[in-house]
Amino acid sequence: MAESARRDVAVDGHADIALSVREVVAGYTAELDILRGITVEVKKGEIVTVLGPNGAGKSTLIKTVAGLVPVRSGEIKLFGDSLVGVSAHRMVGRGLAYVPQTQNVFAKLSILENLELGAGFRHDRAGMKEDLAKMYELFPRLYERRKQAAGTLSGGERQMVAVARALMARPTMLMLDEPSAGLSPKLVGMVFSKIREVRELGVTMLIVEQNAKAALVISDRGYVLARGEDRVSDAADALLKNPEVGALYLGSKQGLL
Amino acid sequence: MIGVVAYLIFFLSQGLIFAVCCLGLNLQWGNTGLFNVGVSGFYLIGAYTFALLCAPAGSVLLGGFGMPFIVGIIGSMVVTGIAAFIIGVATLRLRADYLAIATIGVAISLRLVALNTTSLTGGAQGFPNVPRPFGGLIQNNFDANLAFFGLMVVIVAVIYFGLEAMVRSPWGRVLRAIREDEPAAASLGKSPFSYRMQSFVIGSALIGLGGAMFASFLGFLSSDNFFSIMTFQVWTMLIIGGSGNNKGAILGAILIWAVWTATGSVAQAVLPTTMQVKGGALQIIFIGLILMLVLLFRPRGILGEEASVSRAVPKGLKKILQKGS
Amino acid sequence: MILPQLIADGIVAGSTLALGAIGLTMTYDIMRFANFAHGEFLTFAAYFALMFVSAFGGVQTFGPLTFGWTFIVGLIIAVVLTAILALVLDWLIYRPLRRTNIVITLVIASFGAELMLRNIAVFFWGSQSRFYSTAISIHREILPGVRMSADDIFLVLLTAVLMILLQLFLTRTQLGKEMRAVSDNADLARVTGISVRRIIRWVWIIGGGLAAVSGVLVGLTVQISPENGFSLILPLFAAAIVGGIGSIYGAVAGGLIIGLVESLSVPIMGAQYKLAAAFIVMLVVLLVRPRGIFGAKS
Repeated sequence: MAESARRDVAVDGHADIALSVREVVAGYTAELDILRGITVEVKKGEIVTVLGPNGAGKSTLIKTVAGLVPVRSGEIKLFGDSLVGVSAHRMVGRGLAYVPQTQNVFAKLSILENLELGAGFRHDRAGMKEDLAKMYELFPRLYERRKQAAGTLSGGERQMVAVARALMARPTMLMLDEPSAGLSPKLVGMVFSKIREVRELGVTMLIVEQNAKAALVISDRGYVLARGEDRVSDAADALLKNPEVGALYLGSKQGLL
Repeated sequence: MIGVVAYLIFFLSQGLIFAVCCLGLNLQWGNTGLFNVGVSGFYLIGAYTFALLCAPAGSVLLGGFGMPFIVGIIGSMVVTGIAAFIIGVATLRLRADYLAIATIGVAISLRLVALNTTSLTGGAQGFPNVPRPFGGLIQNNFDANLAFFGLMVVIVAVIYFGLEAMVRSPWGRVLRAIREDEPAAASLGKSPFSYRMQSFVIGSALIGLGGAMFASFLGFLSSDNFFSIMTFQVWTMLIIGGSGNNKGAILGAILIWAVWTATGSVAQAVLPTTMQVKGGALQIIFIGLILMLVLLFRPRGILGEEASVSRAVPKGLKKILQKGS
Repeated sequence: MILPQLIADGIVAGSTLALGAIGLTMTYDIMRFANFAHGEFLTFAAYFALMFVSAFGGVQTFGPLTFGWTFIVGLIIAVVLTAILALVLDWLIYRPLRRTNIVITLVIASFGAELMLRNIAVFFWGSQSRFYSTAISIHREILPGVRMSADDIFLVLLTAVLMILLQLFLTRTQLGKEMRAVSDNADLARVTGISVRRIIRWVWIIGGGLAAVSGVLVGLTVQISPENGFSLILPLFAAAIVGGIGSIYGAVAGGLIIGLVESLSVPIMGAQYKLAAAFIVMLVVLLVRPRGIFGAKS
């Protein structure tokens, strides 16, 4: 799947663009647009963070890309393949994995079963075993508890299961919706350092976060949304210092640092 | 000519009995969102209460009591209302689909009771000698039917205007507010349980009244009259007429009763006597088909919920409720 | 009647209820509606098997059982045809209505479908009771004070085998795990790459298939009548609710509990109030512990 996508890209000549969201208008109901012409781009191998105050449309952006919110206009492409109109359950097959913010594990199923389901559509048993070993290497805690129901885990451990489950699909692009939500500061640091390790596996990532500082520190670039539009985009370290971002995001005149 | 008129009166009388039940169900479902699938159970309570109160002594082992007609009518409504209250205490806090299962269970259980408590209901032999409204006053059969029909018109009219006034009153607005958004209504200090109970009891009492009139109309009761098919008929009438609309409830009742009667006559005329059971089955299949088609293609029924009643509900809920309190 | 015999009778009736309730609880769990037409799968299955048995039936039987090969083949055919019936019903009625997103409409439609199917059965097969075989099933004393027929024992054993197979299916196969995943969290299942539509199809196939086995066994040990399904719908719901909606183990436990309750109520309330006994137990569970024995907190 991913191979064919890359071939198309080569023809297009934009091989370095992994995900491109262009002028997208979308909303849950026909009457209300949440996204009002948003444009976001993620290059291959990048970590890009999307920031913004509550209600800016961050989660909606990610859900729209994941096929959960109908697109009214604009285009969404993953390595040159349009994702508009693709059913949510076919996204994994296209190389796009998504970790929702809440309820992102199958609570009644064991950790092992959660991970197996992540690779559900794959048929290479050997590759799956290999990936499973890789996940246990990345998250040793999960191996210890692989027979346990995921619902019995702590918040941080569930987040690991969710990320590992998404990675089991061998995605080319991984989207994380507020991976630090509800975690203690210590766990936030742990989660983001794991995310950095995941990048070493060659996965491009789009992250939506409230915790701007923690996310920007590990990101290459960032976007700041407000009212369903992209307002500012820049390199991550520049955004950290940008007073305009502070104003949009925190309502203050200072930068985030 | 007299034959046709006589038949029409007979037909409309039964149709209006259904209309009474349909109006009761509309208060429960159309206005309050109570999923009562035990209509035949409340109908049964009303019918047997009336029969027990009004039939001459010795009709069954423990009754009747030969009371006047009006006592029977009021008694059947009161008894059905009390039964609804008891059932409501046990079931009205349940989710809608659990309420459906619980009420169908009530109806099935009540039919078992009616079939087996022979001393009260006549059991399988049936309950004979249930009196007609004007008793000995009218001898002629045609006149008696005409009088019964007149009485039904009055009853349906009284219920219709009464319900219209109620659903447009502050009380009715609270009912619909609870149906649309229970937490919001509850947060404004309206006890959803209490309002649901009121709607459930009043609606059931009306269905009980329908049962009483049915007993009086037929003059004889058998537990076979209270199968789930009756519940199904009333539901179909309400959905096809347009739930939430009292005019729709009456229209649906007459219309579906007409379809039912017509298909019955056709089946009777076309099928040989050995096939009559199958004819009854075809009648039900045909009505079921109509219900399915309406659910799929015109879910709001012929008339739909009246806009003046429903439009204001989801939006500006708070304002309406405050005005209402 | 003494206690051990009542318990044995309860287990026989409870086994068929358990098989029937599994499909009901799965439909309720995954499609979120109470399918009143589920009982009709039992009715139709009994007649599907009967059609085959009466077309090819001989007098040959297995040992003390009242049936032979034709019945077994009939049972398998009934499972296949009932699964198809369930899929057709979903395709014609439930799937279009699911798009409207009003759960109650689905329940009303299922109520209508129940009556239609029951009367289609009356139309095609008549309203009188039928039987697979005229052979008399002999009840022997298998334990002190417990008399069971060979058919009863076959019924209980077949139910047990099917339960074990179902358990293996749900925990060992990819499809089984996907079904559990959809039951646990349908939205997450979708973004994990599971087609919920496909899972719904399998719910109908497995739920309808198990209901078919249940219906044929009821036909074997009691009778075949168009009223079978409707007279069982209340105990089936009771079993699903007592066990906890969505829990397959709950449906099995609930089925056995309701079977036992019905059987033990006979000396107390009389056989005519069996159904009411099941209903009262269900009501008590709804009021005291609405999530049932095995149900998840919601």
